[in-house]
Amino acid sequence: MAEAVVKPLTIAVLAVGGQGGGVLSNWLVTLAEANGWRAQNTSVPGVAQRTGATVYYIEMLPETEREPVLALMPAPGEVDVCVAAELMEAGRAIQRGLVSPDRTLLIASSHRAYSLSEKAAPGDGRADAGAVLAAGESAAQRFVHADMAAIAETTGSVISAALFGAIAGAGALPFPRAAFEATIERGGVGVAPSLAAFAAGFDAVTGRPEAAKPPESPPRRLQGGSEEERRRYAAACERLRSRFPAPAHAMLQAGLDAVVDFQDAAYGDEYLDRVGTLAAADPGTNDCELTTTAAKYVSRAMAYDDVIRVAELKTRGTRSARVREDVGAAVNQPLRVTEFMHPRLEEMCATLPARLGQAIEGSQWLARPLRRVIDRGRRVRTDSLSGFVLMNALAGLRRWRRGSLRHRRELQRMESWLDLVIARAEHDREAAVEILKCQRLIKGYSGTHTRGTGKYAKVLSALSRLDGRADTAVLIRELREAALRDEAGDALDAVLATLDRAPPPDGSATGLGLGVESIGPRRRVSNMRGPYTT
Amino acid sequence: MAERSFKREVEKLRLGAGEEFRGEGILAITKALLQCGVGYIGGYQGAPISHLMDVLADAKPVLDELGVHFESSASEAAAAAMLAASVHYPIRGAATWKSTVGTNVASDALANLASGGVTGGALIIIGEDYGEGSSIMQERSHAFAMKSQIWLLDPRPNLPSIVAAVENGFSLSEATNTPVMLEVRIRACHVHGRFITRDNRPPPMTVAQALEQPRRDPNRVVLPPASYVQEQEKVNQRWPAALAFIREHRLNETFDGDLNDIGIILQGGMYNGVVRALQSLDLASVFGDSRVPLHVLNVTYPLVDQDLAGFCSGKRAVLLVEEGQPDYLEQALNAILRKHGVDTEVYGKNILPKAGEYTAAALHKGVSAFIQSVQPGAAGTAQTADKRNAGVQAVQLLKDVVPQRPVGFCTGCPERPIFSALKLSQQALGEHHVACDIGCHLFSILPPFNIGATTMGYGLGPASASALNVKAGKRAISVMGDGGFWHNGLTSGIGNAVFNESDDVILIVDNYYSAATGGQDLLSSRAANAQRSTRHPIESAVRGVGVKWVRHIDHTYNVGKMRDTLSEALTTRASGPKVIIASSECMLNRQRREKPLMRQAIDQGRRTVRQKFGVDEDVCTGDHACIRLSGCPSLTVKHLNDPLRDDPVAHVDQSCVACGNCGEVAEAAVLCPSFYRADVVHNPGRWESAVARWRARLISALQRRRAQRWLHIEPGLEAGG
Repeated sequence: MAEAVVKPLTIAVLAVGGQGGGVLSNWLVTLAEANGWRAQNTSVPGVAQRTGATVYYIEMLPETEREPVLALMPAPGEVDVCVAAELMEAGRAIQRGLVSPDRTLLIASSHRAYSLSEKAAPGDGRADAGAVLAAGESAAQRFVHADMAAIAETTGSVISAALFGAIAGAGALPFPRAAFEATIERGGVGVAPSLAAFAAGFDAVTGRPEAAKPPESPPRRLQGGSEEERRRYAAACERLRSRFPAPAHAMLQAGLDAVVDFQDAAYGDEYLDRVGTLAAADPGTNDCELTTTAAKYVSRAMAYDDVIRVAELKTRGTRSARVREDVGAAVNQPLRVTEFMHPRLEEMCATLPARLGQAIEGSQWLARPLRRVIDRGRRVRTDSLSGFVLMNALAGLRRWRRGSLRHRRELQRMESWLDLVIARAEHDREAAVEILKCQRLIKGYSGTHTRGTGKYAKVLSALSRLDGRADTAVLIRELREAALRDEAGDALDAVLATLDRAPPPDGSATGLGLGVESIGPRRRVSNMRGPYTT
Repeated sequence: MAERSFKREVEKLRLGAGEEFRGEGILAITKALLQCGVGYIGGYQGAPISHLMDVLADAKPVLDELGVHFESSASEAAAAAMLAASVHYPIRGAATWKSTVGTNVASDALANLASGGVTGGALIIIGEDYGEGSSIMQERSHAFAMKSQIWLLDPRPNLPSIVAAVENGFSLSEATNTPVMLEVRIRACHVHGRFITRDNRPPPMTVAQALEQPRRDPNRVVLPPASYVQEQEKVNQRWPAALAFIREHRLNETFDGDLNDIGIILQGGMYNGVVRALQSLDLASVFGDSRVPLHVLNVTYPLVDQDLAGFCSGKRAVLLVEEGQPDYLEQALNAILRKHGVDTEVYGKNILPKAGEYTAAALHKGVSAFIQSVQPGAAGTAQTADKRNAGVQAVQLLKDVVPQRPVGFCTGCPERPIFSALKLSQQALGEHHVACDIGCHLFSILPPFNIGATTMGYGLGPASASALNVKAGKRAISVMGDGGFWHNGLTSGIGNAVFNESDDVILIVDNYYSAATGGQDLLSSRAANAQRSTRHPIESAVRGVGVKWVRHIDHTYNVGKMRDTLSEALTTRASGPKVIIASSECMLNRQRREKPLMRQAIDQGRRTVRQKFGVDEDVCTGDHACIRLSGCPSLTVKHLNDPLRDDPVAHVDQSCVACGNCGEVAEAAVLCPSFYRADVVHNPGRWESAVARWRARLISALQRRRAQRWLHIEPGLEAGG
């Protein structure tokens, strides 16, 4: 073998089923063959096509007299171009050794198609995209990436077309741009949008990387309200700026806006009163962490999710605009919107004046027949007049909200929660912050809400057992994070069980030593046995 | 068929002498069958051979011109039994299926066929679904060849070799009166390549001619005393004939190399991988010129002792590359060398993986270890791939970052609501034993449903729960698809349950097609099929074998009704099997048909309603309970730019097909009021537009009135973020 060693160009395409990885690898073969190269591609379609991860593998080399022997699967360390149609698939390619620093050009779409384990977590289960971008930079000879899903959406095409453009733009193959475009044209299906996506993909990796500017965010907008209401809100804003430390202003403003929008300006004053009590105990260290955290979670607690709120949100003018945008309906195009509701007796009672609601709840005689009438799935058309009027009327109950059973319960819960915070704030500010953050556990409606409140109560009731420990803050955080890991609360129970076995406080302990990881990998759900069996 | 056309592929079947075919391996096999004068073809679909079946189903004109009969068999057993036409008649026949599962099903017919022997060439094309992406148990088909004395071909994975194997397979079969299996691995089935075609050949004798001139030979029937004679014939006549044919026609290939005191013996299918491994050790070129001599077994059963002993003699050591387990070839090679007094050292599964796919990395490692130990210094600067990235910390960190991506139901799949309902029913009535089956519905065992304990084979879901047919506080639930039902489930599952007075619950998932294998038609498919008889309801069949308690749900997306029906079946006092048939069309196939029609209707100005689901992001609280009851790819999460929020909210992306599952689940499970369905009317009538305008005007007046009283603050980020 004295002559120059001929080596094929190797390309691995990693895609999620349904992303068009097959189309892309066929284009690559057609492109090569049309330009006097010989190409082979193969893949393992089958069940993996149904939303799983799939690898397509292509080898090509200039046409020769003799038949080459081409491989049917990528070898780690021997891939020239690795194309990932989604960011975590790029991570998987790196893990599989398909990206190597001495030869691989890694081309990835930076968008995320979340895996089920990421989506299903009761909290935030999303994987760390930054880790993959960092790994790409160090694992590849060259790494180019852009949001191909966004390109596909704006051009009305598919990710594979944008990636094909990126492959051309990155100079991955020895063929001119026109040859790539001719390949798309030869396919004959959806040519115009494919070419547009191709061009955008090409530019995305050749153009100067756009300065990372944050998306334009609209300024806060005020609408309606009586003059007095507006004056009172303005006064609250003024109070916020003059009485609270500057590092907390942004969060306070967001919190204030949310509670005023939830109820009224007077409610905003109450909000500032509550946060003010905690701010008084804040030594002002660490960017006023106690005040900022209070600003966030007191607002969340005060703007709870009740029937009135849901009805109000569903009947806002801005809401129908958002729906129109989401479904791509023009302003005058008829649009029907059906809401899926399932009210229960509990929600009805909670909305009634406190005494009446309580009386009905407590009475078997009343509750049972009422439950039969109320407790069922209902579909409400909020675009129709009758549906809208019904929901609008529910939203109008806002003026009596303060007298409702739900409001009274929420206030009671909030007060005892804040008492716990204040009791700690003096001597263990970090623990106080962690207790505030437990508000995050309360979310959802009906059963979900009950379950969340139950976990919240479990975590807070563990507090008494932590008295005097130096690591209270760490423990509360561990408990809270465990509570967010699965629906049934198994992880939380496991941590609570270890709490009883934990060594007595000696000041040196830092947590249970079984942080998030020891309960099980946070972002992985076992294939065969998930924690969601109940 | 499933609204998919294979017209372009069918055209390739018409290529004539001297033309070039370019395409997939499995299509090359299809073309090769026609070039060989095949008289009839049957098979059962499944990856990786579905394409062969699909293309032939669309190729009726080509087949009619040639006089070739094609059947979509009811099962692999039916396909194998079809080869009986080659027992007495000199007609070439082919059958195909996914292996080893299909071979398991077919083995009764195969054993009978192999015993009596054949007159016309009988070729069984098995798509070997082994290794990455496989959906079945990991086994070898090799044992079937050995036990029944069927010859096994394993050609090099390039189109000319595969096409030659089809031709040689028929000739070998006829020369030895023995059926021949052609084993093609999944990647070879899907490999894109080229070969020079020949003209299609009409069969010298058609099945119609056979029908008109029937023949019989009692010596070919498997019945004593003929069966004893047949066994002797296998080893005393057919086997030696096979060895002679293989040698004479050089079906196995030897490639010389200058390092001739060592060598590699390999299955044909391993050839490209081995050459690539040698290439990265600088011991071979991309054209396959290897410095190490290679003996390629394009026939892996029977082995030709003389050839193997001849290749090994004079060599210090050979490496046997044999994928899968047990190591039949390695055992045989050692025995052969001992019998021939050849003392060559045999390397094999001592340095290559004992089990599992021989991936590029595994072959590289094994071949490299072989060279290192028998010819150190011969290999070039062998770079091990793993070492290059090993030190990079950022890469190691990915271990805890990159999530698994298990397969799941497609967007809008009609089976999702069935399992949402089953999950809800079990929430109310407690966990039950659930026996699963083969098909898309098997995804229920994965998150988010986590339903199902076992899967025992296609159509065997109900049978696999039959031991649990006793009086107890709970009933067993078994699941079976429409594919499995017609494959054998009607008898093994339903009939079995009726006869044994089972009290359990059988759930039949009917999506109108054999969906998991690519959407082929079945007896109960709803669409008219010009070439097949469809529209035979499952319910009639179930009642026909004596089931009294049958519920047919014709819209699986009604989660509440589905849940209540399941609960009723689990609690009713009625005796005998409780059969629920849950029917809705496979969404992949439905969209393939409906999407273009809708686009066309909108373009033509006809009134059309387009639907999509959505989530009100300010109502959603980010608990994701809806996702845990659905797992729909279009139901995902979205980060809100709101400093008050910690968790991402649920979000329905643009791939939504408005199947309605998420709304139904939110309603049935009493989750939350965040979901809405939006119906956009394209090309509305004048009256409809007027009503919509009038409504919108009134509604916005009401909205304005409310806004006067209450202060609305649309959050901006100038102060937050």
